[in-house]
Amino acid sequence: MNKPVLGLLLGGALGALDGLTALISAPEVRPEIVGIVIGSTGKGLLAGLLIGFVARKVNNLTAGILIGTVIAALLALPIALHADPVTGKRYIWEIMIPGSIVGLIVGYATQRFGRPVAQRS
Amino acid sequence: MTLPDDTVAHLRRVLQTPELPGDRYEICESIGHGGMGTLYRAHDRALARDVALKVLRSDVAGPEAAVRLEREAKILAQLEHPGIVPVHDVGVLADGRVFYVMKLIRGERLHDFARGSSRTDVLRVMLRVCETVGFAHAHGVIHRDLKPSNIMVGSFGEVLVLDWGIARVRGVAEQDGPSIAGLAVATSKEDTAPGVVLGTPGFMAPEQAQGLSAQVDGRTDVYALGAILRAVAGADIHAGPVPRPLQAIWSRASSPDPAGRYASAAELAFDLTRFLDALPVEAYREGLGERVGRVFRKYQTAIILILTYLAVRLLFLVLRGL
Repeated sequence: MNKPVLGLLLGGALGALDGLTALISAPEVRPEIVGIVIGSTGKGLLAGLLIGFVARKVNNLTAGILIGTVIAALLALPIALHADPVTGKRYIWEIMIPGSIVGLIVGYATQRFGRPVAQRS
Repeated sequence: MTLPDDTVAHLRRVLQTPELPGDRYEICESIGHGGMGTLYRAHDRALARDVALKVLRSDVAGPEAAVRLEREAKILAQLEHPGIVPVHDVGVLADGRVFYVMKLIRGERLHDFARGSSRTDVLRVMLRVCETVGFAHAHGVIHRDLKPSNIMVGSFGEVLVLDWGIARVRGVAEQDGPSIAGLAVATSKEDTAPGVVLGTPGFMAPEQAQGLSAQVDGRTDVYALGAILRAVAGADIHAGPVPRPLQAIWSRASSPDPAGRYASAAELAFDLTRFLDALPVEAYREGLGERVGRVFRKYQTAIILILTYLAVRLLFLVLRGL
């Protein structure tokens, strides 16, 4: 499996799980859980794909982890800044920190695993 | 009148310097001694490069030793492998002694390398040694004198198995299997005769030490590889406990009974690779706790990252409840 595909799959899976954890961390969002999971999965897929492409170019574990964290954090930021339409509350840290850690995990995984792109002869 | 000591020493060095035929090679300095030959750094004028030149020692020179050195050169020349020094030339000195010219390798012997390196690095070197020995076995050559001082780690990470002087080529004592062209007939009958003991104590398999030449095969080298592993990756050199699977690998490799050893150097290499990859090894049956510990060490970072994620989630849950 190449790195972008690994990033895509792992990012999507972790994104979906991340979205589902809202049922535990914020039960009041249960009516919107489908939208949350779809949004979180989409965010994970996009972050994973970007991180996977970066991993193909940058072969450095520390850099990969840092870049993964930053990409995931940037993608989580607009959602974190978006206030809940009912309560008006913003879940900045609750969204930013776990979302960034998901990016960190995908950054690590795409550096350690996955097939680098084949060299042209 | 007496000559000063340094003058005497200089004259002695000059007298001992081999007189090479022609003017292609110029001896620069002596860089080592083996059981059979002296090694020199020489300059190859024709190709403008430094080379290593092995000359039969004058105190062991004789028809038998000459055949052996020539044989070594032929074995090296025909075993083309990154782990075996390439031979460039072979010849005879003015005094009749045989010499051969090979690539000059700069580096350190395995026992010196092991002292300044991690156990993992040493095992990676040993893996390449096993691959080289496996290659030689596949071509019908058994080294018979494997030891740390016969393994060199070059300054660019190259790993070379040296000193094939007492190597045995299949086809002399045993008639089956392939042999390197021209070497079978050149192998000394004395080397393979029953009762003759050649090798280095401490690294010699029991069948070799007892002179049971008919029983000497690839597993004899496997025994030596196990003994080398113990010597360079053991507790004597590296701090910290020796992992049990690694102990099991070298114990199996250097089992007194050939049937109890790995069947080939390739099998030993396979188990070493599995150990380096934190996978279960064939030589050791691990318990549940050891298996969990090994999996944790293998995926340590990934597990820590996932636990961190879960811890953060839990933290927000706790904070929310406050």
